[in-house]
Amino acid sequence: MNAPFAAAALQPKDFKSGYKPVWCPGCGDYSVLTGVTKALAMLELRPENVAVVSGIGCSSRIPAYTNCYGFHGVHGRALPAATGLKVARPELTVLVASGDGDGYSIGGNHFLHACRRNVDLTYIVMDNHVYGMTKGQPSPTTEPDWRSKLAPGGTGLREFHPLVIALASGANFIARGFSGDPNGLAALIAEAVRHPGFYFLEVLSPCVTFRPEQRGWKEAVHPAPVAPTDDPGRAARRLMTDDGFNIGVLYKGSRAPFTGMAAAPTDSPEDLECLFRL
Amino acid sequence: MPVPSLEDFMSRAYTMELEATERYAQFAEQLDTHNNREVAQLFRKLSEIEALHAKRILEEMGWPSVPALPPAFAWSGAEAPETAPFDSLHYLMQPYHALEIALRCELEAVKYFDDIAAGAAPQRVRAAAKEMADEEREHVALIKQWMKKVPRPAAGWDEDPDPPRIAG
Ligand SMILES: Cc1ncc(C[n+]2csc(CCOP(=O)(O)OP(=O)(O)O)c2C)c(N)n1
Ligand code: SF4
Repeated sequence: MNAPFAAAALQPKDFKSGYKPVWCPGCGDYSVLTGVTKALAMLELRPENVAVVSGIGCSSRIPAYTNCYGFHGVHGRALPAATGLKVARPELTVLVASGDGDGYSIGGNHFLHACRRNVDLTYIVMDNHVYGMTKGQPSPTTEPDWRSKLAPGGTGLREFHPLVIALASGANFIARGFSGDPNGLAALIAEAVRHPGFYFLEVLSPCVTFRPEQRGWKEAVHPAPVAPTDDPGRAARRLMTDDGFNIGVLYKGSRAPFTGMAAAPTDSPEDLECLFRL
Repeated sequence: MPVPSLEDFMSRAYTMELEATERYAQFAEQLDTHNNREVAQLFRKLSEIEALHAKRILEEMGWPSVPALPPAFAWSGAEAPETAPFDSLHYLMQPYHALEIALRCELEAVKYFDDIAAGAAPQRVRAAAKEMADEEREHVALIKQWMKKVPRPAAGWDEDPDPPRIAG
């Protein structure tokens, strides 16, 4: 009897490095790693043609756990490094990983400009509404009334709304995933890689240590009730009233990605050096 | 979701076993990292058992030993019925807890196969589903026996004198 499987180039495990993750047992980031490796296998890519770039945080450890090219960069600076890489080496598939602290606090400015530039990147933010690595400080997406010893009485600050900000800044594709559904995540990541332009994927990824109540997210998430729109006005209205738990593709634009300067620079490095000579 | 043929059914069953194999292996790895060797070993054993089931399906069907990526099925939940949820673990958990997880997964598998056996699929599929359900029932019994052999966790098993979390 013939196997009902088409021959695939590599299996998800072929994208894992030999390093065992040091995340806490039950952390949502394990599932994101599974989603990434499944997506790369689904896309029939090879590790040497993929780069995973990250900043700093528990979530940002992900490049070390794949055997793709990786760059574990500076806190908040994953996007500029990835932008440079993709523009210089357009043939590579570039995945960028951050947490809500890395991506929305210290890296918030880079986030706006990465959306605006629309370079062909897949940006995965593992959002757990907390700084996990540094033991539980509130992040920009932390609820104003979440109390801990490190934020007695809560921050009282309004949360950052990453999806709305991504849309307003020009992201070409906006989706939300949940780490409790690694197969769904894999499909979203594969779609992201196939779609040209800046794809922003916010993943609700519980921090079971500092936000144990996030285990309850699996009851809160639900598929987005409507099909993705390509109309930014409609998307803005939807995202503004979003309950934070809609899962799926929420906006699908068709803006052409930025691929680098239109004309190659004519000056050689030596000519440029002359210009700076005192 | 309809199950039109025996091949389709067996590839689902295979995918189920494969996902369970991988999840238990991941759990073993997580607990290894956190120095909970006893439970890590138990999950490794569970993973090996599931891998054997997956292998048996391939042999029965005469499929190649290293199949490609299984087709993505629309399970009724986010993952296959026999896959333990990713957040089931606690770093201080004990073997009894691991067996409780395995028991829940096996019971889900029984229900999944029972539903197909009682449904409107072709006769060959229903017969195969009944066989699988009976096999899973045997696993349920085995795990229940196993649970009798490991100590029940005492109250406060998850209390850590030096917890990572600064309570609010
Ligand atoms: C320039 C700089 N500032 C501060 C830090 C300390 N630091 C390390 S990780 C982190 C926050 C990480 O939070 P998040 O991105 O949400 O990741 P998580 O650990 O929750 O996955 C901070 C503030 C640093 N490493 N570098
Ligand atoms: S501290 Fe939180 S985010 Fe970091 S590994 Fe542990 S559970 Fe995951």
